[in-house]
Amino acid sequence: MISSRAPDSPDVAPGARVELRGVGVRYANASAPAVHDVDLTVEPGELAVLLGPSGCGKSTLLRTINRLVEPTSGTVLIDGGDVRDRDPDTLRRTIGYVIQAVGLFPHYTVAQNVGVVPRLLGWDDARTGARVDELLALVRLDPQRYRERRPRELSGGEAQRVGVARALAARPRVLLMDEPFAAVDAIVRASLQEEIARVHSELGTTIVFVTHDVDEALRLADRIVVMNAGRVVQAAEPQTLLEHPADAFVRSLVGVDAETRRLALERPLIER
Amino acid sequence: MTYLAEHPDRVAALLAQHVALVAAALALALLVAIPLGIVAARRARARSAILAVTGAIYTIPSLALLALLVAVLGLGAPTAIVALAAYAQMVLVRGIVAGLHGVDPALVDAARGLGMTRRQALLRVEVPAAMPVVLGGVRVAMVSLIALATIAAWIDAGGLGVLLFEGMRSDNAPKIVAGALAAAALAIVADVALRGAERLAAR
Repeated sequence: MISSRAPDSPDVAPGARVELRGVGVRYANASAPAVHDVDLTVEPGELAVLLGPSGCGKSTLLRTINRLVEPTSGTVLIDGGDVRDRDPDTLRRTIGYVIQAVGLFPHYTVAQNVGVVPRLLGWDDARTGARVDELLALVRLDPQRYRERRPRELSGGEAQRVGVARALAARPRVLLMDEPFAAVDAIVRASLQEEIARVHSELGTTIVFVTHDVDEALRLADRIVVMNAGRVVQAAEPQTLLEHPADAFVRSLVGVDAETRRLALERPLIER
Repeated sequence: MTYLAEHPDRVAALLAQHVALVAAALALALLVAIPLGIVAARRARARSAILAVTGAIYTIPSLALLALLVAVLGLGAPTAIVALAAYAQMVLVRGIVAGLHGVDPALVDAARGLGMTRRQALLRVEVPAAMPVVLGGVRVAMVSLIALATIAAWIDAGGLGVLLFEGMRSDNAPKIVAGALAAAALAIVADVALRGAERLAAR
């Protein structure tokens, strides 16, 4: 079948399946493992949120997926293939990565930042340039206005939009987001959450999203994976989590506002 | 100013020699300091050793270091260049270490997370981000080498020091003034130029 879509159009890459099998991470000199025997399958196109207090191992677990952290036990599979069989640098070019501190390269323009992975992959200038414009439009930044700007000329919200565009540049089938919106104010955070929900529904990318913010998790997640002290406590849809918290920890996490939060869920963030 | 006015050609020729000495010394110094600085920035144990050795070289009196090197390498410009390069190590290595350590860890995390190799992350992200601080070290090293290079004349390496030594020997104050003024002017020009480069790198 011949597709009428442009080869780099953002909506041709469906998500991959991410499987964690008995994943454990123990840092040298640490008394307890940072991550303990986690089994988790994130389905293609799912947006899974790892939720938990700081230090619960959620970021560590996320970073095993792109091999920024190597598990000391267990296996990480992407579409059935063990990530250990891939060269880590090549692997990471196929996985989007967004972090709280954004990490835009200050000496690069916005366009050069977004084009980092395409250039690592050896795309030519024309293809990279077209892709950059497409992505800036996707995160609702006018390419004409933003392409040549430097990161220091951007607001916090604009910078993270560029961060998301950069992560999506080479059409990754998995996107890892580590507290991506924790550093911006509430209003900007809400609009970024809306963007990511929209981008997710448009692209169908599998997203693993780390946060300590319960409301953020409830707004975005197809499924919430609650973690505490390196273990998965409960993995469930937002509704289920609110109505049937697995234990006292989850109950205290979703808190006394559980009923209000449950009602808020009935107003979807975007039409899906 | 009389000597300078009467013999501008000689002063200019010695100034050119001086510039060549400093430029060669600085180039050699950077060739050694860049790998040393990168290793020192990354490995704590290597860092203490490297900083101790470069710091020790810095404490050797310059005339003593020249005398020692003459015994090995003989008289002339190459010996002076090696001595000057050795002196510059401490300032350059410290600048490179400070620059690399000052790079926001989030930049490195992003670079590696996007799939840059260790080398690509270093060359494309860390080095440019460290550049303003590194250039600060280069500027301090260069200005001190310009001053230090005057004693190179003592081992037949030429440069503006020739005027100072001749002036002292023949009690010719204008000669000394001419040499000192030219060296000071060179140091000021180098300082201003590198400050400009630092500002450009910080953009």
